[in-house]
Amino acid sequence: MSLGAIGAGLAVIGAGFGIGKIGSSAMESIARQPEAASKIQTAMIIAAALIEGVALFGVVVALLQG
Amino acid sequence: MVVNRILSLVFALVTLFNFSASAIVVEGEIDNGSEMSAFILHHVVDDHEWHFYGEGEKAIHLALPIILVDNGLQVFSSDRFSVVKVDTLHGHHGEASVEKYAQTEDGNYALFHGKIYKTENGVLNFDEHGHPTNTRPLDFSITKNVAVLFLATIIMILIFFNVGKAYKTRGVNSAPKGLQSFMEPLILFVRNEVAIPNIGEKKYAKFMPYLLTAFFFIWIINLLGLIPFLGGVNLTGNISFTVVLALITYFITQFSGNKDYWKHVFLPPVPVALYPIMIPVEIIGTLTKPFALMIRLFANITAGHIVVLAFIGIIFLNKSAGWSALSIPMGLFISALELLVAFLQAYIFTMLSALFIGTAVEEHDHHDDHH
Repeated sequence: MSLGAIGAGLAVIGAGFGIGKIGSSAMESIARQPEAASKIQTAMIIAAALIEGVALFGVVVALLQG
Repeated sequence: MVVNRILSLVFALVTLFNFSASAIVVEGEIDNGSEMSAFILHHVVDDHEWHFYGEGEKAIHLALPIILVDNGLQVFSSDRFSVVKVDTLHGHHGEASVEKYAQTEDGNYALFHGKIYKTENGVLNFDEHGHPTNTRPLDFSITKNVAVLFLATIIMILIFFNVGKAYKTRGVNSAPKGLQSFMEPLILFVRNEVAIPNIGEKKYAKFMPYLLTAFFFIWIINLLGLIPFLGGVNLTGNISFTVVLALITYFITQFSGNKDYWKHVFLPPVPVALYPIMIPVEIIGTLTKPFALMIRLFANITAGHIVVLAFIGIIFLNKSAGWSALSIPMGLFISALELLVAFLQAYIFTMLSALFIGTAVEEHDHHDDHH
C-alpha cells in the first residue's frame, strides 16, 4: 500500500464532509423555500466545485507521488 | 507558390495518417498492481499513435505523423517505429529492470515512454534511474491529442455552421428545425443560466462567443473520451490543454477588468499599513482562480478515465472472467456517471469563467465605501 493512496483517501474524506454539508444545507433550504430551488442549486454547484477543486489538488499530488 | 507548398505539405501529412495492424511497443503480461498502474497511466496520457483495439500484431490503430525539428524538418509516419529493442538496466540499488523501446528502421530515433529521443549510433543510453540520457529533438508531432483537437474542431464547425446558416436563412424568430432545435435550448441555457446571472444583463453579450465556445468545446471533447473503441481519448484530461483554456479565461478577465476591479486589487479598502500584505494576496488571488479551473477539469476527467480502466483492469489482474460480474456493472455505472460529469465540468468551467469575468466588469455602488 503506497502513501499516495492514503493521501488520496484523506483528500476524499475532506471533500466528502464538505460536499455533504453543502448538500444537506441546500436540501434544507429547498424544503423551506421550494420556489428558490434553482437559485440554491446554482449556488450549491459553485460551492461544491470549489471544494472539489481543493480535494483534486490533493488527488493530483497523490497521483504524482503514488 | 506558397499555396502549392502548403497544399503539398497538407497532402503529405494526410497520407501519413493510415490505419494498420500492429502496435508500436508490445505490452507484456500484467501480473501485479504496479504493472496495472503503469498500464492505466499509459492509456490516459498522450501517444504518437491512435490505438483502437487489439494487442501486439493484431492491434488496429491509426498511425499519426511525426514532425521533428532536427537538422531541418523530419516528417514521417509513427509506423516507422517498428524495431523493438530490449535493454536490461541495473538501477543504483542493484535491481535489474527490463525496458522496451521502439526504434525507426534507420535507427536514428527511439521512442521510449511516449517521448522521442535521438539515438547515439543506434542505441539509447540510460542513467542509473532508468531515464534516457540522449538528446530530444523538438517534437511538433500530430499526436493523439492533437488529432482529437482537430476532430472536435471539425465536429464544432459542422454543427455551428449548420445551425448558424439555419438562423440566417429562416430568421431568428421562426421555429427551429432539425439540428437547430437540439442546439437552441443548449445555447439559451448558456445565455440564460450562465452568462446573464453572472455577468449581468448589460454586458453579457460581448462574452457570449467565448462562453459558448468553451462550453461546447469542453463538452464535445469530454464526450469523445467516453466513446468505446475510440481509443479512450483524454484531451480534457491533459494539463497542457486545460492550462490554455484557463489562461484564455484569465486574460479575458484581466483585459475586461474595469476601474473598480483594479482599485480592489491595488487599493483594497483596508488600512494603508496592510497594503504590503494585501496587494500581493490580491494579485495571487487573481492567479489562483484560473489555476483551480485548470486543475479541476484536468483531474476530474483523468480520474474518471483511471477509475473506469481500474474497474475493467480487475478482471485482467485476477486473470479470471468471474470478476467481470463485479467489475463490468461497476465500470458501466462509472461510465454513466462520467456522462453526467462530462456535462457538469463543461458547465462549471463556463459558469466559473462567467463568474470571474462578472466580478471584473461589475459596477460597484460607492455609497457604502469609507464607513
